[in-house]
Parts: sequence; structure tokens; C-alpha cells
Amino acid sequence: MENQIFTIANHENLAKDVYRLTLRGDTSAITTPGQFVNVRLSGYYLRRPLSVCDWQEGELKLVYKVLGHGTADMTRLPVGAELDLLCGLGNGYDMEKCGSTPLLIGGGAGVPPLYGLARRLIARGKKVKAAFGFNAADEIFLAEDFAALGCEVFVATMDGSVGVKGLVTAAMEAAGEYDYVYTCGPMPMLKAVCDATACSGQYSFEERMGCGFGACVGCTCKTKYGDKRICKDGPVLEKEEIIW
Amino acid sequence: MVNTRVKLCGVELDNPVIPASGTFGYGQEFAELYDLNILGTFSFKGTTAAPRYGNATPRIAEYAGGLLNAVGLQNPGVDAVIEKELPAMAKFFHKSVMANVSGFSLEEYVEVASKLDGCEQVGWLEVNISCPNVHGGGMAFGTDPVAAGEVTAAVKEVCRKPVIVKLSPNVTDIAAIARACEENGADGVSLINTLLGMRIDLRRRRPLLANTTGGMSGPGVFPLALRMVYQVYEAVKIPIVGLGGVSTAEDVIEMMLAGATAVQVGSANLVDPWACEKIIRDLPAVMEKYRMENLTDIIGGAHG
Repeated sequence: MENQIFTIANHENLAKDVYRLTLRGDTSAITTPGQFVNVRLSGYYLRRPLSVCDWQEGELKLVYKVLGHGTADMTRLPVGAELDLLCGLGNGYDMEKCGSTPLLIGGGAGVPPLYGLARRLIARGKKVKAAFGFNAADEIFLAEDFAALGCEVFVATMDGSVGVKGLVTAAMEAAGEYDYVYTCGPMPMLKAVCDATACSGQYSFEERMGCGFGACVGCTCKTKYGDKRICKDGPVLEKEEIIW
Repeated sequence: MVNTRVKLCGVELDNPVIPASGTFGYGQEFAELYDLNILGTFSFKGTTAAPRYGNATPRIAEYAGGLLNAVGLQNPGVDAVIEKELPAMAKFFHKSVMANVSGFSLEEYVEVASKLDGCEQVGWLEVNISCPNVHGGGMAFGTDPVAAGEVTAAVKEVCRKPVIVKLSPNVTDIAAIARACEENGADGVSLINTLLGMRIDLRRRRPLLANTTGGMSGPGVFPLALRMVYQVYEAVKIPIVGLGGVSTAEDVIEMMLAGATAVQVGSANLVDPWACEKIIRDLPAVMEKYRMENLTDIIGGAHG
């Protein structure tokens, strides 16, 4: 973990309540996709944990969804403003464990961390498919970016306005064959994904956090491998260890 | 050259800054960030006789002045602490550590305290009779002078090391509780533990924390903590460890002027993991600014 100051190079609205921050700064503490950063916001005591969408040397991309006052205030941060981040938090996804055709499954705010993962898996020669669930057409984001990477993208919307109608599990069905799962999203979605596939995989969890680096044990969950802190021992858990 | 050394219950500290229990684990996460030997000492995670998972999540909420937690004393149990955590700690921390003792019965406090008292690394026992997030223990002992006195006497009976009793602010007269501890042999008191509070989730129209209530901490409780340290200083002669929202070197000095011999830093560690390192680095300059040569000399200095 490192404490780094980043400068906002770009800040854009991607979809309803969804924004992308492009930041300049030292990203050396970030080592694998699926990790997160903890953002200090003026006027709020606790930092806001945000998943890393993608990064390269000197540049960090965060895509976040407005969920409360803190993230609503974030949307007003101007280009040029500085952000205080704790970087390189969490275990992230293990890219060694997948087969040749992994399916990346995301819902809502769970989609962004899969982007950096997709880019790296494709670079490793994997045939990457992606299945996303959104409420409606105006909430869809990043789907085209995944397609541009070379992913085969399957979208489900609750109202059927784009792609197949239904939950993300409908998009999973449409995706056809795959041999491993990487997923991120709210707990009910993760559970539905787990029930819908026999494949092994890695599941990234959300939880309210105090510190984000394992000190306060505010985000502990029970697993078959013992108690784990979502922030430090997670957020990514193996399917086999999860207790639903 | 200013002197930041203080003596806490007969044990010398290089400075009065002590990370507070429950915000610093067993030190491991922070030892990766800076050399913990710059600290006065630190108070490790509240330890019970048996391992405890703690409360369901959500365990964390926020308010304008800080955070609420309802962790519920998650810890691996005293035997695992002695077998695993203390040897691991010895690799990066070479000073005496403060052992935070928690429990649900008189017998449990005695068992945990006597086991930790026997560990060479332990310099002080901090007996937590003020955890607001567990039921049938913790704070129940800290809100009644008779019960607080009984725990103190029972723990003192089995311990050779100094016993510091950690007090709850969720009382009408904290000075009365402090006096009961002193009369029953406490070597010191630490205050304050967290204040009982709650938040409601507007979407679900239910308490936000799974435990319904949680303990408030952070800068928002600092004036209240300072007032209680000031009151307790007038009520007892034993040393006071002041805590509650301390975030800066100036806060440390204020706490000491109110009557604290040493000062714990809690929530600040969670939002800035290097908070204690910065406070220790800033202390000499703040002392010079206010013309203070010896920190020991300012303890209780705000009292007429």
C-alpha cells in the first residue's frame, strides 16, 4: 500500500450516475486487476473505496457510480484537482488460474474492475467473453470499451431495451461456452452467478469498509477457509471458499 | 531540544503517542508502512478468552465527525494471541506493548489478564470494561462503579504488570467510575471508549449497522473526551491515558494539559495509516511553538 497524490486529467459522465476519472500519478503500488484504491474526499471522514478500472505507468482510470453524498460530491471535482489515494489495496484477481475461455460477469458498479482484467487476459492470449447486467439502456457503460479490446460482449437489461431481457444470468446463457468465471457486483448478483454456473471462478465482493487495509476488521466475512477481511484478504474470493 | 518522554505507571515511553486498541490490529498492517518502534507503545486489539468472529456486517458507518463501528470484539482468542500474534509482533516491535483485555464475565477478565500478564512483551494491561458493541459484557461493567471496582480488584489480584482500566463515556458521572477503579487498585485509567450511537439506512428504513447501534469515534468526540479527561484528572491521582478523536500533535498537547499522561490515537489511523508517525514527527515543533520543554511538565497544566 502507498499513499499517493494524483491529479485529475479527465472527468467524464459515461452513463446515468456513472463517471470516469482519468488520473495522473504514481501507480506502482497497483499490481493486479481487481484491486482498489481508497479516496479521501473533502468533507467526509472515511475514504471511499473505488475499484481500479485500469492503469498503466503514470495513469489510473477509475469508473464510479453515484451511490451517496460522497460520490455525488466527487462528480464536481474539476480537471486539475488533486486526489489523495491509498493505492494497491486488496488481493485482486489471480490471472494464472483461468482456462482458455474465461467469462467476465459484471453488474452495475461491478463492471469497471473487469476492464483492466479483460485487457490483461487478452494480452495473455485468452479468448475473453463478457456478460453484463444493467437496469436500462441509459445505464449501460463500458460495454463498447470491452468490445474494442476484442471481447465478445453479451448484455442483459431488466427492461429488455438492449440485449437480452432479464438479469445478468440471461447474458451468461447468451454467452454460450466458457471454462472459468471472473465476476464482481452486489452480493445477490454474485449468488445468482454462482448458482447459474458449474465453473470454478473468482468472485469480488463489496462491503462497507472502515480503513481499507485490514486494520479495523470492519468488513470481515466468514469463508470455508476461515474469517477474511474483504479489504485485505479479498475483495476477491475463490468460488470454493464462499459461504453464501 | 525538547523532551517528549513520559512515564506511564512506572514504565518510560519515548513519547506519549499510543495507537488505540481496535484501530491497529496486532501491528502487522502498520509495520509494513513505518517503523513502529518510534511509537510510545501501542494497544493491541481487544482480546477475549475464546476466539470471536464479532458482529454481522455492516459493521461500519460514518457521521460528520468521524465513524461508528460495531465490530464486536473480533479476535483470535488469548491463546492464539500468545502463540501467534505476540511472536509475530516481536519481529517488528521491540518495546513493551499494551495488552487490551476484554471479557463477558469477571472470570473471563481474570483469565485473559493473567495469561497476558505472564508475557514478557506485555508492559501494561488495559482492561476494556467499555465496549459498547457486545451484549452481556463489556460496557455493562464500565457503567456501574461497583462492577467496575470488582473487575479492577479481580484483575489486580492476578497481575504483576500495571493495570489500566479503559472507561466508557456512556455514563452520567465518569469521575465516579474512575474513583471506583482507583480505590480498587487500578494503576491508571484510559478514556474514552466510543460513544453509543446509530444511523438509519433511508433506503431500507432500518438501522444501518447490523448490530443496530455502534460506537462513535473520530474528531467529533474530541471535545467530549477532553472534558472527561479534565474531570477525571480532578477526581483521581493515578495516571490517565487520554483518547477520543485525537488526530494531531496539538490534540495530544490539549489532552495532556487536561490531565493525560499519555495519549491514544484511534480513528485517525484508519483514514491516514501514517497518522501516528506524523503526530510524533510534529510534536517537537508544536512544543517549541508553545514554549514547552518537557512534556511531563504540562500534564494537567490546564487546571488552575
